Amino acid sequence: MKFGVVVFPGSNCDYDTFHVLQNVMGQETVFLWHKEHDLRGVDCVVLPGGFSYGDYLRSGAIARFSPIMREVKKFAGSGGLVLGICNGFQILLEAGLLPGAMLRNKNLKFLCQHVHIRIENNRTAFSSAGHRGQVLRIPIAHFDGNYYAPPDLLSQLEKNKQVVFRYCDEIGKLSEEANVNGSAHSIAGLINHQGNVLGMMPHPERASEKILGSEDGKIIFRSMIDYLEKKRGTGKKKATRAFRPTVTPLPPLIGTF
Amino acid sequence: MKVRILVSLKESVLDPQGQTVRNALHTLGYHQVKDVRQGKVFEIELEGLDRAEAEKVIPEIADRVLANPIIEKFSWEILEA
Repeated sequence: MKFGVVVFPGSNCDYDTFHVLQNVMGQETVFLWHKEHDLRGVDCVVLPGGFSYGDYLRSGAIARFSPIMREVKKFAGSGGLVLGICNGFQILLEAGLLPGAMLRNKNLKFLCQHVHIRIENNRTAFSSAGHRGQVLRIPIAHFDGNYYAPPDLLSQLEKNKQVVFRYCDEIGKLSEEANVNGSAHSIAGLINHQGNVLGMMPHPERASEKILGSEDGKIIFRSMIDYLEKKRGTGKKKATRAFRPTVTPLPPLIGTF
Repeated sequence: MKVRILVSLKESVLDPQGQTVRNALHTLGYHQVKDVRQGKVFEIELEGLDRAEAEKVIPEIADRVLANPIIEKFSWEILEA
């Protein structure tokens, strides 16, 4: 499968995400510069973490006006798979591809730590490789991750099973303490109603190799690859196999700011 | 034309920054301070618009870009015509 990692000025998890997709998961991966108008035929778009446009105005607020975001919106609208990680999640919210908004963390601190999240719904393109109730250990690194939605929207999200991940403790119990940033309903990851756009604050790309202390993040990428391969059908599977990844040096940064 | 736009969190949304400022003021002895809500101020200069047009454009700008209507509200005033 072909993955596209969008690069905004200020993205800083783009290379990590690229590395995991290409070298760990073995998928063809390209960078998509924010000024581009073409998604270059990718099967999936990933909006990586970072501080796009310096987080000016509000986190993710300016990035949504990038030329590439027009294409991402079209892509998502036609059922394309889109994953937003951390700042990518914030951009998806600001762009209206996911409902709700982010507030500053409840303790007003930038949180950079490992957290536990529980898979609430494994019947999604982003979580099918895990099981319901499974606890994943994945790090977070954000200032504005305190998910907010008005009460009627929250009950709608719960009813539709759009909450995919919730902050929990190491045995999977929800508590105010485990809900480190104060998110409504302990929401750590959210999917759109159609099921093709997911935003999550934890960084799966920082937890996809043993040497980094956790490989739980691979469950998200594995699920997406499974979904895409299934969607494409067995007929074209050979093409996927033909791409033999090797640990290659990452390409130089494209474009200019 | 000079315009000032104020953006702040809706009353229904918790404002931990405002609360922290209030607590700091209490620590300094300003116990009269009952509540603090923090927000943002935008001073914008418009040109080529008459008043009626500006009154249409300003809330549009605030609603589409300056504020996130899910969590924030805004108010505005024309400082100089």
